Amino acid sequence: MNPEDLRYADSHEWVRIDADVGTIGITDHAQKQLGEIVYLELPEVGHMYDAGDEFGTVESVKAVSELFTPISGEVVEVNKGAIGEPGIINDDPFGDGWLIKLKVSTDVEIGKLMSADAYAEYVREEEQEK
Amino acid sequence: MLSAIGVTSIDDLFAAVPAAVRRGPDLPAPMSEIEIRRFLGGMAKKNANARETAFFLGAGVYNHYVSAIADQMLYRAEWLTSYTPYQPEVSQGTLQSIFEFQTHVCLLTGLEVANASLYEGASALVEALLMAERLSRGKTRAVLSAGIHPEYRETVRTYFSNLGLEIVEVGLGPDGATDAKALAAAVDASTFAVAVQSPNFYGIVEDWNAGSAAAKAKGALSVAVVAEAVSLALLAPPGEGGADIACGEAQSLGVPMHNGGPLLGFLACRTEHQRQIPGRLVGQTKDAEGRRAFCLTLSTREQHIRREKATSNICTNQGLMALASNIHMSLLGKQGLREVALQSHAKAEYVKAAIAKIPGFRIPCTGPTFNEFLVEAPEDAAPLLERLAARGILGGVPLSRFDPKDTRRFLVAVTEMNERAELDRLVAALTGRAA
Amino acid sequence: MSLEVEEKTAAPRDPRHPEPRPLPLVFERSGEGKVGYSLPPLDVPAAVSIPERLCRKEIAGGTEISEVDVARHFTRLSQRNFSIDQGLYALGSCTMKHNPRTNEEMARLPGFAASHPLAPDALSQGSLELAWRLERILAELTGLPRVTLQPSAGAQGELAGILMVRKALEKTGKARTTVLIPDSAHGTNPASAHFAGYTVKELKSNARGTIDLDVLERAMTEDVAALMLTVPNTLGIFEDRILDIAKIVHARGGYLYCDGANFNAFVGVAKPGLMGVDVMHMNLHKTFSTPHGGGGPGSGPVAVCEALVPHLPRPTVERRADGTFFLDFDRPDSIGRLRTFLGNFGMFVRALAYIAAYGNRIGEVAQGAVLNANYIRAGLMGVYHLKYDGPSMHEVVFSDKKQAELGVSNVDIAKRLMDYGFHPPTMSFPLIVHGALMIEPTETEGKPALDAFIKAMREIARESVETPELVRSAPHTTPVKRVDEVGAARNLVLRWRP
Repeated sequence: MNPEDLRYADSHEWVRIDADVGTIGITDHAQKQLGEIVYLELPEVGHMYDAGDEFGTVESVKAVSELFTPISGEVVEVNKGAIGEPGIINDDPFGDGWLIKLKVSTDVEIGKLMSADAYAEYVREEEQEK
Repeated sequence: MLSAIGVTSIDDLFAAVPAAVRRGPDLPAPMSEIEIRRFLGGMAKKNANARETAFFLGAGVYNHYVSAIADQMLYRAEWLTSYTPYQPEVSQGTLQSIFEFQTHVCLLTGLEVANASLYEGASALVEALLMAERLSRGKTRAVLSAGIHPEYRETVRTYFSNLGLEIVEVGLGPDGATDAKALAAAVDASTFAVAVQSPNFYGIVEDWNAGSAAAKAKGALSVAVVAEAVSLALLAPPGEGGADIACGEAQSLGVPMHNGGPLLGFLACRTEHQRQIPGRLVGQTKDAEGRRAFCLTLSTREQHIRREKATSNICTNQGLMALASNIHMSLLGKQGLREVALQSHAKAEYVKAAIAKIPGFRIPCTGPTFNEFLVEAPEDAAPLLERLAARGILGGVPLSRFDPKDTRRFLVAVTEMNERAELDRLVAALTGRAA
Repeated sequence: MSLEVEEKTAAPRDPRHPEPRPLPLVFERSGEGKVGYSLPPLDVPAAVSIPERLCRKEIAGGTEISEVDVARHFTRLSQRNFSIDQGLYALGSCTMKHNPRTNEEMARLPGFAASHPLAPDALSQGSLELAWRLERILAELTGLPRVTLQPSAGAQGELAGILMVRKALEKTGKARTTVLIPDSAHGTNPASAHFAGYTVKELKSNARGTIDLDVLERAMTEDVAALMLTVPNTLGIFEDRILDIAKIVHARGGYLYCDGANFNAFVGVAKPGLMGVDVMHMNLHKTFSTPHGGGGPGSGPVAVCEALVPHLPRPTVERRADGTFFLDFDRPDSIGRLRTFLGNFGMFVRALAYIAAYGNRIGEVAQGAVLNANYIRAGLMGVYHLKYDGPSMHEVVFSDKKQAELGVSNVDIAKRLMDYGFHPPTMSFPLIVHGALMIEPTETEGKPALDAFIKAMREIARESVETPELVRSAPHTTPVKRVDEVGAARNLVLRWRP
């Protein structure tokens, strides 16, 4: 379900680290909760963020969610394809539906994020509360 | 029913309400429909109204023609008693009507996107300014022409009082229009909006380009304010004069005066800014079988979703009045709207010229007017107008109503509803000072 | 022209459903040379004394249609709307009660409809008296000393209320920074607090869905200006610890704001002023029957305690010893104005007519509202999931939890209700109930209507088990089928172009 090689934040973003670049997106659970996505607001390349900062918003017809970066870094790439066709986030949230890539400034934060199993458990607990 | 619920009395259902707070109201006994008619009818009779007087009051609310069908259509249950169109499949009537209203506003203002309505002109100006502020990302100054309706400016001050924003007012020149040099000078790099009204509060037609040039020079947005919307049928549209946002009062396009409410606020903007527009928006789409259909859209801007980050706190707006205006604007159409504007203007010019000739009276502003103009009397205006009122002529609004020190001047508004005999009566009464 | 346009845009004919076809836009009915209006000939010399550069050319795209076109168009459009006059409209939090027609007749009396707010006071005594009387009555119903009628709707009332609180606190030297709002609140609450310059702190509701007194105690500091509370709350549950809640807020010098959207649950039975409420807005278009009109106009009067009276919006309506009325602009501590003139006067007329019809029996409104909501609750208990099962007042909030397990959501249930001839209940609100179905029948529904609604809802629950696809693809019998709201947002078309 949730890819093993990714790490997860409790605000339902995932991050994949390749060398010093972190790719960030939202999880399959998140896209299901939102429903069909109609609009995406992402930052410009060059923006700097600390872990936990808001970097954009994602909107469906009935909801809007802020996007929070799980790690600190500088934006080096933005998924323009997703901005033009936001539905790709629903179709492929862990792949082509990626949102931004950051040049990672520190390794420390990745350890604070959840593994795929821990995230799955976290989602189960959240659902129970409903 | 009580047994189905499982209680023995209705009172059981109020168990959660502490006894200490229960209290019946000290009100009179219920009235029948006949008694209500007497009760309210009695109060209505104590008011002067435009149908029974020679009527020249304006200053933000105007006595224009409203067709019989525009009023009677509102009696239809499906229009009157329906709800906000959150469920599009059972609200296509309301949704399509709003879409048409949005279109009418765009056609008149020359801008690309309009919302489903706001409360009225003053709060519409506030919303337009706050929209410009959001788009400016961090600027803090709004420059307002003193020609904007005083109650609009007062409303802006109330809303801005806790938001850390600065208001700078720019005065008028001798012609009665905003002083263009002073306007340009007041705009700086911290300005997010420049707002000018036309026709302004004193009736003077302003050039939208002056405000928009001043705004553009320093990277601010230009806000065009309209309080007498019939003027849009004759005067240059704000969109063609460089305005980024047009806002104001559309009451004169099909909504009765109602003693100042309900009215009909409107707001229109450029496509590039549409995501920051406050209020409801109706968009066109399809249904599951490919039919054209309409629904509320971009709702994520609004309070029920965005909550404290919403573009506005507005929920209920002026739906039924927007419908009335749609019917009116559709019925009159491009020709009719223009003819109403031309008649209003021509009649105003006629009576303005005649008043200018009355010894002791003068027209203080030299700028062109649309259908409303300022008159300076040789004596205090309020008592003079009260004497006219006793003779069935509501001759104008004394400015002392807004500024107690402005004792001699009054505003006269004229529309297609004023026949020539009334115009002559007004002139005669002023000439004789209604002695 | 007009009839032909309809034929051309018809969807493929389905013999089971020969209607409906999409209706043309009013602009699409336009035809050159058609005329729908008449004006008297100009009886003064024609003149345009405005320089040409300040004038426009014709209104491109403007309509040319006849009165017949207008009658047909707007009548046909209206038939695509559902409305209270047709049937039960159980929209929670909206109080869709019957709109008495006397209201409409009274509002159209020329002395009201054709009067101007700036006419001399001597010739406006009727309006001033009406406004004054309505204020007095609302003060009596709320148990608070004074009322302003100026706010144009509930949301603007909220803003007025919080601005008054702020002004009062500023006078003590500290405006404070925060407003507390429960997570069950209507979105206008945090939005209004924000526009008053406050930060919002959200209070998590307890397991009953009501205010958790410990949470409140911890959150209520001397930096909190007010607690905004809806009474009963958006679940229809009365805060039975309201007196304790008020004590906690007042102990720290804060104000208790009551969102009166749900006043229909206790109007004429209990008084908010006795609950410790300091400031409260009401919705004339909810509790007091002024018509919803497809989205307004409304009116949001605000009642205030003695401490806030100096800060009321300007002007206030006053009565002299000789019985005449006037507007008092000399209010130096007023928050100012929120709009032009007195407010939505036309709605004051309607509300006063409504209240006059009930008089001292207005408590029956609340009793009827609470009875009807509980009857529906009893009829749907066990069929739909009730997350918070405290006693309901005038509305009950079920959820789609049972049906969601079968793949049917509250949206689907709502759409299927349309096929049964009912307008869906309020959905997806409050936020603390996932898949919410908020049902408020109001007091003007009789038992037959309630039974029909309960029957329909039970049928749909059964269909969700036996034929879920039928529910998921609803509606089937409405003029348009399920509308593509995603497409509308992805491809914005917000107007017609010539």
